[in-house]
Amino acid sequence: MDTGVAAQSLAYPFGNGRGLDLEEQYARLRDTPGLARVRLPYGDDCWLATRYADVRLVLGDSRFSRQMAVGPAVPRTTPQQPGAGGILNLDPPDHTRVRRPATKAFTTRRVELLRESTRRIAERLVDEMIEYGSPVDLVEHYALPLPVSVICDLLGVPYADRADFRTWSDAFLSTTLLPPETVGDYAGKLWAYMGELVARRRVAPAEDLITAMVQVRDEAGDLQEQELVQLLAGLLVAGHETTASQLPNFVYALDRHRDQWELLRQQPELVPRAVEELMRWVPLGVSASFPRYAKEDLMVGDHLVQAGEPVLASIGSANRDERVFARPNEIDITRGDNPHLGFGHGVHHCLGAQLARMELQEGLAALARRLPTLHVAVAEEELAWKDGMLVRGFRELPVSW
Amino acid sequence: MDRRRWQVEVDRDACIGSGMCVGTAPDAFDLVEGRSQPLAERIEPDEQVLAAAESCPVEAIRVTDVDTGRQLAPPAD
Repeated sequence: MDTGVAAQSLAYPFGNGRGLDLEEQYARLRDTPGLARVRLPYGDDCWLATRYADVRLVLGDSRFSRQMAVGPAVPRTTPQQPGAGGILNLDPPDHTRVRRPATKAFTTRRVELLRESTRRIAERLVDEMIEYGSPVDLVEHYALPLPVSVICDLLGVPYADRADFRTWSDAFLSTTLLPPETVGDYAGKLWAYMGELVARRRVAPAEDLITAMVQVRDEAGDLQEQELVQLLAGLLVAGHETTASQLPNFVYALDRHRDQWELLRQQPELVPRAVEELMRWVPLGVSASFPRYAKEDLMVGDHLVQAGEPVLASIGSANRDERVFARPNEIDITRGDNPHLGFGHGVHHCLGAQLARMELQEGLAALARRLPTLHVAVAEEELAWKDGMLVRGFRELPVSW
Repeated sequence: MDRRRWQVEVDRDACIGSGMCVGTAPDAFDLVEGRSQPLAERIEPDEQVLAAAESCPVEAIRVTDVDTGRQLAPPAD
């Protein structure tokens, strides 16, 4: 058994997140027994899980807590301290109480009702790209407006306000991009904005999720107003930022593995598998984040984690574990059994996973169908990667066809 | 009298192994080969099990009241 005596801590994150290549240290650590000891820019040193089984255990086992991750000692890549509350910072039963009212709107059954309209939006955006003429920025003209339209419609947020809430959204994804006081300022503005929409729906109900959630709160009464507003704001941010980052990541990855793009184009029925495979292969997070704290002593693999110790779980690394995935570093859009952890695992499994899947499927399918010669229009060294954010992605991605 | 009035079923073909239910109601569900399985098919009424069923993204968990035959989760609408 590994006794947990710390060797020298490794500096973490292993890279700056500019690019989709998973840092090579993870492969080495997956073949090293026990957990790695890492030192982040802020907070205490902590353990890092890299193997699939260990990562899934840390994310899924109720002996690990997110609620304990409060205060200046929390290991993190950002100067600001983690805020208390919010569904990502709660454990059951509080987590269940806050998240439960929203879950119904994001089941496969409900999401399928949005597929046709999402397809129409994708088609319209492609029309506009063709009209505008190649090259165009895929982020601005496709990857952002697609999920923003869908989430605005679902929640009942005016699409016309997108410039404002897009700016404020960065507060929730910034590690070092924004200074802490700007993060606080933007978060406050987004919450105030959502609070206003909630107040308006209370007076004038509409056919949207904000109204439905307001009614749940006002009838059941076990949700605080602030919890409701922050949950809805979280849905607005998470509901577009991630898909907007992943779509260009997918297009870039397929362009760099051109045989896979050709295959997808020739066999559009592979789109659902392609989305799962790209969710597995693309390490969306710049690094593992949101550490879990052990509520009691427990074994993670052959390593004893002691009560009160924080552990980071690398999803990007788990998704490349050859114990689970054959030829893990290859993109194979025909891959069948694909239990990737790209949407997380356990109670914090992405609430919008089914919505994101559908958007990514329709988004990718429309491009493959309408723009078969689509490719990245700039050289590798000219790519504009995001910086100082939790996720990898492009600030802009010029494409031609 | 048997107090285990609820029946819990998991459609393992529909299950995507999200781990939501195991995290929400660890006394009622476990992951077996990556997919959820109820620890017991008949249970006493338990709000956390209902919450777990409602939280399943693919609605793979069905909870039924054995006495009345009424489906308690997932919700009909």
